[in-house]
Amino acid sequence: MPRIIVCLKQSVDVSQLKADPSTGRLVTAGVSRKISDFDKNALEEAIRIKEKNGWELATVTVNFEEVKASIREALAMGADKGFVVLDEALKGSDTWVTSSVLAKAVGKIGEFDLILCGEASIDGFSAQVGPRLGELLKIPVITYARKINITQKTVQVERVLEDQYETVEANLPALVTVTKEINEPRIPSLMAIMKASKKEILTWKLADIEVSAEEVGESGSGVRIRDVTVPQVGRKKIRIEGETAAEIAEKLVKELVKEGVVGK
Amino acid sequence: MGEKKGVWAFSENMELLKELLACGSPLAAKLDTELSAVLLGGDMKEKANELIKHGADRVLIVDNPNLRAFHIETCLAALTKLAKEKNPQIILIGATKNGKDLASRLATRLQTGCTPDCSQLFVDEEGWLTTKRIVFSGNAIVTASYLKTPQIATIPSRTFEKLEPHERTGNAEKISMSLEEPKVKIMKIEKMEATDVKIEDAKIVICGGRGVEKKEDFSFFKELARTLQGQIGNTRPLAEDRKWFSSWVGLSGKKIKPALYIGCGISGMIQHVAGMRDSQVVVAINKDPEAAIFEVADYILVGDLYEILPAIVQELKKTLN
Repeated sequence: MPRIIVCLKQSVDVSQLKADPSTGRLVTAGVSRKISDFDKNALEEAIRIKEKNGWELATVTVNFEEVKASIREALAMGADKGFVVLDEALKGSDTWVTSSVLAKAVGKIGEFDLILCGEASIDGFSAQVGPRLGELLKIPVITYARKINITQKTVQVERVLEDQYETVEANLPALVTVTKEINEPRIPSLMAIMKASKKEILTWKLADIEVSAEEVGESGSGVRIRDVTVPQVGRKKIRIEGETAAEIAEKLVKELVKEGVVGK
Repeated sequence: MGEKKGVWAFSENMELLKELLACGSPLAAKLDTELSAVLLGGDMKEKANELIKHGADRVLIVDNPNLRAFHIETCLAALTKLAKEKNPQIILIGATKNGKDLASRLATRLQTGCTPDCSQLFVDEEGWLTTKRIVFSGNAIVTASYLKTPQIATIPSRTFEKLEPHERTGNAEKISMSLEEPKVKIMKIEKMEATDVKIEDAKIVICGGRGVEKKEDFSFFKELARTLQGQIGNTRPLAEDRKWFSSWVGLSGKKIKPALYIGCGISGMIQHVAGMRDSQVVVAINKDPEAAIFEVADYILVGDLYEILPAIVQELKKTLN
């Protein structure tokens, strides 16, 4: 049976992030985790392809902390099986290491016809892991898909770029990254959630995919994070009030002229 | 850092490439090395001269029929070969969508790291490149540095100002190479609806969000835009959920930095804020006094945009005449 693999990242829920007021550093501890938004679009697209063509659908996730709840959600949505590489040594890994570990995991999962990823993750937003993974697997890479069409042997994709749409085609197996506009991810029914509890999640350590601890984390990476701080936005936050819209408008325009951004 | 030497800049977008030269120039000076621009494709002599005027010490030109029309794979193959032959220590790539795709894959082929969408770049005491960029939808700035070379970074357009062009001497070096046919075939290219001025270049932007009830209501915006000679923008939900537009201002869309930004009916989701936070003066109009957009605004107008916008237009007409 042909197989699709979807790469899922578990990211922090960025809408819940807070700064530590004393240090200006970002606090991620205790913030809830979820499947990164665009990866969910990739998963939804994979489920649609599966339903239409009867393919098998596996997910693969790499992390240094627990991800089971997120994978359960993916299984409830419609994935058949979840593969997880879970190892504390992965902490501090950059996109190069992450994609290398994913490539090893995909190698162990076996034959595949299509890999789908989100265009980027909602937290780091680097948009690197998908293209890097395709490169490591030496298969065609197509990024920023807003439409995917599968035939027996090919994939046709409409890419959305800054100022143009591009229709491209490649032979399978291939890797495609998807944008948010490609679909609306489904919310699994209670029945689906219950059924999903019987589906299998396979968890591997690095040793199971023949990766050593030196190859991952900071020691294996090309980039290391030095610091994470919260940007200071120095805004005036002046409230302009008035009895009527005309009065408010008058006050605002006066300020804008003073600022030098209106007039002349 | 081995024998790697030189700072390179590449973008398929000529204007962005000039901006990369402005970014790379102080890095090359600090490292006491050459700044090179990479040009892929035909008809390059004039472009090479222009790049030298904008700060390149050297222009590496690869002229190959397969490079005449832009394709990520052929550019990737050419850059990989060039970099393996010449060993640059830093490669700056324009962070267009294609550029980011290209940079990730180049970094993979060269077995190194890449930091995307950098807004600041400098060389640390030990000579390593250090970059700053916004992550977590605009909630944090990450400072990163490299552990391997070449050090690859992508830089969005309008992050650096082009250098003033002036006559200087530089070398144009032609390199020939053979390139394979790409695996991905481009079947069709369709331009999006173009406006006269790109919103990224606009001095004044009036932006609408979910508080705008109907697409037709953008006529209010049009009048204000005409009066101020500004451009109209919108948030992602108006493009993706309501399908009114094909692009948006935000983290994953257009990044703007106008002198004046007026946000109307915009809640201020962090993704949107990431696309407009560099605006010089921010005005926000929203019915909800608690709207998050007010946290990043200079002038806060709590009220109905359908009343306030026409009043602003009237007032401006009075003032500007």
